[in-house]
Amino acid sequence: MKRRNLLVGLGAGLVAGCSKVGASTPMQKLFELAEGWHRGAQRTLAGRNALAREFSPEDISPYFRGNGTTDPGDASYAAHAAAGFADWKLAVGGLVDRPLLLSLDQVRALPQRTQITRHDCVEGWSAIGQWTGPQLKTLLDAAKLKPDARFIVFHCADMLEGANYYESIDLIDAFHPQTIVAHQLNGAPLPVTNGAPLRMRIERQLGYKHAKYVNAIEAVASLDGVGGGKGGFWEDRAGYQWYAGI
Amino acid sequence: MKKHRLSTRLWHWINLLALVILFMSGLNISNAHPWLYWGQWGFQPNTAWLAVTRFPGWATIPGHYDLAAARDWHILFAWVFVVGLLAYLLIALFNKHLGRDIVPHRKEWRWSAIRADIAAHLRFDFNHGEGKYNFLQKLAYGVVLFILLPLMFLTGMAISPGFDAAFPWLLDVFGGRQSARSLHFIVAWCVFGFFVIHVLLVLLSGPVGQLRDMITGGRFDEAA
Repeated sequence: MKRRNLLVGLGAGLVAGCSKVGASTPMQKLFELAEGWHRGAQRTLAGRNALAREFSPEDISPYFRGNGTTDPGDASYAAHAAAGFADWKLAVGGLVDRPLLLSLDQVRALPQRTQITRHDCVEGWSAIGQWTGPQLKTLLDAAKLKPDARFIVFHCADMLEGANYYESIDLIDAFHPQTIVAHQLNGAPLPVTNGAPLRMRIERQLGYKHAKYVNAIEAVASLDGVGGGKGGFWEDRAGYQWYAGI
Repeated sequence: MKKHRLSTRLWHWINLLALVILFMSGLNISNAHPWLYWGQWGFQPNTAWLAVTRFPGWATIPGHYDLAAARDWHILFAWVFVVGLLAYLLIALFNKHLGRDIVPHRKEWRWSAIRADIAAHLRFDFNHGEGKYNFLQKLAYGVVLFILLPLMFLTGMAISPGFDAAFPWLLDVFGGRQSARSLHFIVAWCVFGFFVIHVLLVLLSGPVGQLRDMITGGRFDEAA
C-alpha cells in the first residue's frame, strides 16, 4: 500500500509539474518546434505528391462514423438539405485572379477523382470510405492563385460552440492529387452526418483537417487574420496542432 | 575502467525521462477513444478486442483529460526518444558495448547454462556471469533495445497518416493502422513491465550503489 502511495505521489508530482511546465511559454515554443520538425520530416521523407494508401472496395467499413458536427441544424442549412442542396454555392475567392461561385452541378461537372481512403480521427479510430469529387487543384487553377497566396482556408456552414468551423492547409497539401472536394461517399451523395453537400479530403492528415459543410474556399497570404489566427477551429479553441500529419 | 560509459549513463536518464512522459501522455491519449481494434479500420466499440480502462488523472500527462496537450507532450518527446535511441545504438555498436556486453555469447544459450542462471536469480544472486551482465540480464536488455523500443517507434509511425504516405510498407508489416495502434499499446505495457522488474531488481541488488554507478559511472573490475 505504501509503495502504491509513493507511486501515486510521484505520478501526481510529475503530472502537476508537467501541467505547469506545459502551460509555460518556452514549453509551448518547444511544442511548436516539434510540430515543425514533424512537418519537415514528413515532407522530406514522403515528397510532396506521395499518396496516402488507397484501399479496395472490400476494405470499406460498414458505415462511416461522423464526428464533430453531425448536423449543422440551423434553419438555412435545413432548407438547403430539404431542397437537396440545389441552391448550395461554393465560393472560391481571396487571393485569386478570378473568383468563382459554383453550384453543386458545376462542381459535379468538373473532372472527378474517386479514392478509397482511410480516415483517422485524432481520437484514435479509423474508418474507410470511397470519396468522389474534383481535385482542389482544379478549382485553384481555374481561379488562378495570386503569387502571394500561401494557405487555403475552408469556411464551413456548421457552428460549434458559437463559431463557424474552419480549417486551413498549405499549398503543398492544397495541390496534392488526393486533396479533393468530395460530394459523394461510397457512391451516394454525401450524408449530412459526413458533411453534405461538400467536404474536404486531406488524406495525409488527421480528421479534424477534413472540413465538412464547406461553402467557401479562400486563398490567403497568412493565417493571422483568419478566425483566432491558428489556422483552424480546434487549433484556436483547444490548442490542437495545425499540422496534423501525426 | 568505468562500469557504465558516459554515453550509456546519459542515454539511460534521458531515455527514462522520455519514456515516462511518453507513457503518461500516451495514457491520456488512450482516454480519447479507449477501444482497440485489429486491422486497417475500427471505430465501433462493440467490435473492439479490448475496452481499455479509463486512466485516472494521477497517471496521465496532463493531469486532466486534454488530448491536444497530451499530443504536444507525446510528439515532442517522441523526438527525444527516437533520436536518443538511434544515437545510443550507433555509439554502442561502434564502441562494442552491444557486442561485448548485451548480445549473449553462443555458450550462454545452452539450456544447462540458462537453467543455472535462472536458479541463481531465484537465490537472489545477481552478480554472476563472466561479463558485466548475466544471461537473463542480457536477454532482458536485448529484448528491450532491439525489439520493444524499435517497435514503439515503428508502430507509432504507422499510426501517423503522414508517415504512412512516406512508408506504406509500415501498414503491411503491422496489418493495418488499427493493428499498429493496438501493438503500440501492448508494447508500451511490455516496456512498463520491464521498468517495474528493472526497478525491483535494482532495489534487490544494492540500490544506492546501482544508482550511484549509473550517475558517476562507477568502477568495473574485470578480474572480479
